[in-house]
Amino acid sequence: MEKRPRSFYVLAAVFALFLVFLYGPTVTIAILSFQGPQGGLTFPMRGVSLHWFRDLFQEQAVGDIWGSFARSLVLGLMVMVTTVVVSVMGGLAFRKRFPGSGLVFYLIITSLVIPSILVSLGVGLIFSQSGLNVHWSTSGYGSQLTWTLPFGLLIMFAVFNRFDKSYEEAARDQGASAWQTVWNVVLPIIAPMLIGVALFGFTLSYDEFARTLLTAGSYNTLPLEIYGMTTNVTTPVIFALGTLTTAFSFVIIAVFLVTVLIVNKRRARLGSDAGKGMV
Amino acid sequence: MSDHSQTTAAKTTSAPLQRRTMQGLPDAVSGWLLSLPLSLVLLFFLVLPIVMIVIVSFWGATEFSIYPAFQFDNYEFLLTSPVTYSVFLNTIKYAVITWAITLVLGFTIAYFLAFHIRSLTWQIVLFLLCTIPFWTSNIIRMISWIPFLGRNGLANSTLISWGVIDEPLEWLLFSDFSVILAFVHLYTLFMVVPIFNTMMRIDKSLIEAAYDNGATGFQTLTNVIVPLAKPGMMIGSIFVVTLVMGDFITVRFMSGSQKANVGRLISNDIALLQYPSAAATAVILLITVLIVIAILLRFVDIRKEL
Repeated sequence: MEKRPRSFYVLAAVFALFLVFLYGPTVTIAILSFQGPQGGLTFPMRGVSLHWFRDLFQEQAVGDIWGSFARSLVLGLMVMVTTVVVSVMGGLAFRKRFPGSGLVFYLIITSLVIPSILVSLGVGLIFSQSGLNVHWSTSGYGSQLTWTLPFGLLIMFAVFNRFDKSYEEAARDQGASAWQTVWNVVLPIIAPMLIGVALFGFTLSYDEFARTLLTAGSYNTLPLEIYGMTTNVTTPVIFALGTLTTAFSFVIIAVFLVTVLIVNKRRARLGSDAGKGMV
Repeated sequence: MSDHSQTTAAKTTSAPLQRRTMQGLPDAVSGWLLSLPLSLVLLFFLVLPIVMIVIVSFWGATEFSIYPAFQFDNYEFLLTSPVTYSVFLNTIKYAVITWAITLVLGFTIAYFLAFHIRSLTWQIVLFLLCTIPFWTSNIIRMISWIPFLGRNGLANSTLISWGVIDEPLEWLLFSDFSVILAFVHLYTLFMVVPIFNTMMRIDKSLIEAAYDNGATGFQTLTNVIVPLAKPGMMIGSIFVVTLVMGDFITVRFMSGSQKANVGRLISNDIALLQYPSAAATAVILLITVLIVIAILLRFVDIRKEL
């Protein structure tokens, strides 16, 4: 292997510093969440304990954390399933030329770049003016979709732009119906990317804040609960909560990544070259 | 890759209508049916809310309620108040500074990953390391800065123990500095991902050709790589600029409510139930953001870059 130029080491150092910058704060609050009972929000550590984690499980101390966690979880799953289904349908639709596709495309981009608070405000206003109650599972759900769907669709566009059409033609030539072609050929090939779309759908919903702010109603999702805590909780209990939700996010990400790895491995073992060159 | 997508696109247009698609329906109908759920979501939760905001921005408000009207009071108040201009200026300041830092940093990271890491596995692993924080909570990541930047935080105590400063620095937390630091922390990966994506598509032989013709590393960078990576840089810029301009939570949290941007102006009005005035500010913010995007889109065709 040829010798590395000096710029490699400089850039590698920059990259390492960037990772420290990226993860350092998260690691710090993870350490501080084990602060002793007398400890504060910063170093030094006054002993090591699980005190603040225990605090989390005593509901009256910090509000309805577990209720909001359950709501965030259910909402995340709802948004995830919807995002996958709607994105795949949308992705398939955009492979054809249909009148109005340009308009829908620009709406997707708008949905991505519009300041989140506008969605929150607008949806909130529509519900309140038409006498409906805002609720996380209706208005909150819809508002979050405006954030997750663009990501899902952008992934689907990228997938179908690289999709080898000859697989479908082969299926058609052998007499598969349009539906069979999609179900037995297209979907299995794009399956690993759908896991990616699902990951986006779930995590973006689980952490979503601004679009849910005015649309969740009287029952908070977890990020809203945490946001509320930032103004009135001044103990490391908030670090304990932060550490737990981050750990939960990491577990979710790991599950998705491992699933992709397993799917790809199984594919390699079965000797199919489907989906190669799509990443 | 982009060549490939262009040829497929060309094939789709040139191949005439004899190719029947799903359930034998014409393309237009099946296209509409497939995109119907998407269109409905966007209609009800994007288009109608924007329409509603525009309508409400002409309404009036008392201290407790809002009432339908058609008056320009909200805009008049907004456009004649010096606060509006200073807040918009501050928002643009945040956007420009954050954009410049994330662009340089994001480009450097993407360049390192795309051209200095030689094995695909390592590229994927390091790329994932950069993107994983995207899937975790922004609020938690903001809170995480407190033990670092506070008066008795890590940064101050380290600097004092090194003898660099005698007194704790006050401007580390709850200042423009901490706001921009948090923006860079949260949004650099929105630059890294699209730039890395375009860089991976650059044909390596172009770079070899540049070297063979006697270009230095720096000349190759400025004359070959930067021009070819421009679409990714533009897409990243659109992300970062719009996210920063529409933000209200980062500024509120990281400045300890001492600094203002347009998003906070809107959320303050909302907290006071002054929805019409919030709506008018939102309309002006939306127009500003759309103008910025329109300018950036002149440099890149997004549909081609996917």
